[in-house]
Amino acid sequence: MNPDNPYVPDNPYLLIAVFAVASTLFAVVPLLLARLWAKTFSPQKPGPDKNAIYECGLESKGDAWVQFRSEYYLYGIIFLIFDVETIFLLPFAVAFTGLSVGAFAAMMIFLLLLVEGLVWAWQKGVLTWK
Amino acid sequence: MDEGLRSELQKQGIFTTTLEEVYNWGRKNSVWPLSFGLACCAIEMIATSMARYDLARFGAEVFRPSPRQADLMIVAGTVTKKMAPQVVRLFNQMPEPKYVIAMGACAISGGPFKQGYNVLKGIDRYIPVDVHIPGCPPRPEALIHAFMTLQKKIDEQKLTGSSRPRHLNADMPSEFPVPQFGDHDLVPSSNPEVWQAPSLIRHG
Repeated sequence: MNPDNPYVPDNPYLLIAVFAVASTLFAVVPLLLARLWAKTFSPQKPGPDKNAIYECGLESKGDAWVQFRSEYYLYGIIFLIFDVETIFLLPFAVAFTGLSVGAFAAMMIFLLLLVEGLVWAWQKGVLTWK
Repeated sequence: MDEGLRSELQKQGIFTTTLEEVYNWGRKNSVWPLSFGLACCAIEMIATSMARYDLARFGAEVFRPSPRQADLMIVAGTVTKKMAPQVVRLFNQMPEPKYVIAMGACAISGGPFKQGYNVLKGIDRYIPVDVHIPGCPPRPEALIHAFMTLQKKIDEQKLTGSSRPRHLNADMPSEFPVPQFGDHDLVPSSNPEVWQAPSLIRHG
């Protein structure tokens, strides 16, 4: 025993060991109890439906390892950009008559940048689905 | 334990219980339903789970989106023949102990659509139903009543012995045959182990 503080053991690692054992038991004992309960009272009943991977009531068809064309990625990005653009265009159109020349110019530059991207993608042939 | 002795002990501040009682008490107060609605009855089921009717009072507010985590299937609505295999498969995917409440006229018998060629005349033809609720649709109070009936049923289940429920009996199935789409009807048209056509008895 430590003479200064009776609650601190001589070997400081003893606390860690006690803590490790307690925490392991805390995790393992409920699992063992559940196992014991299953063994004694509640038998396990696995089956083909219960072990099925998909759980929405439908049977899964085909393979989960499907390949997507990487072209789809560009297509998706372009869609997303113009989707967001419409969100900006709507308030722009509503407030159009009250806008200053500077705001109008800023909006036109914004549109031009996006249209540039569209022209680039069009020329690259992204929009034609082969 | 003798009931008299038990109440006598309770007066002295000593509470006794059995493993069976604790087990059933825990189970009946944490029945998690599957969030699964088929038709208009589902609206009533949703209303039941919300603040006004508050199914949470019975420990059943946790509607699980996965059958793996659910204990109770509330068949809320018309079961079409197209949907029936999926309903049975979902029930099969739920872990034991699992219960079924057939909610509303459609789920128990086909209801107003009984004459329809595409309507299953009661989900109890394929899976064992614990509580049937009539009504079109049943009010939330009716669903709560069904729920309390189910709780009472769970409370009375035995842990051992020959009358113990399905999930404690290794010989009884946990999965039920999923019907297939046949030429004219589902094949088989019912599971004879859980449902037999009622026999007509004429008097006089």
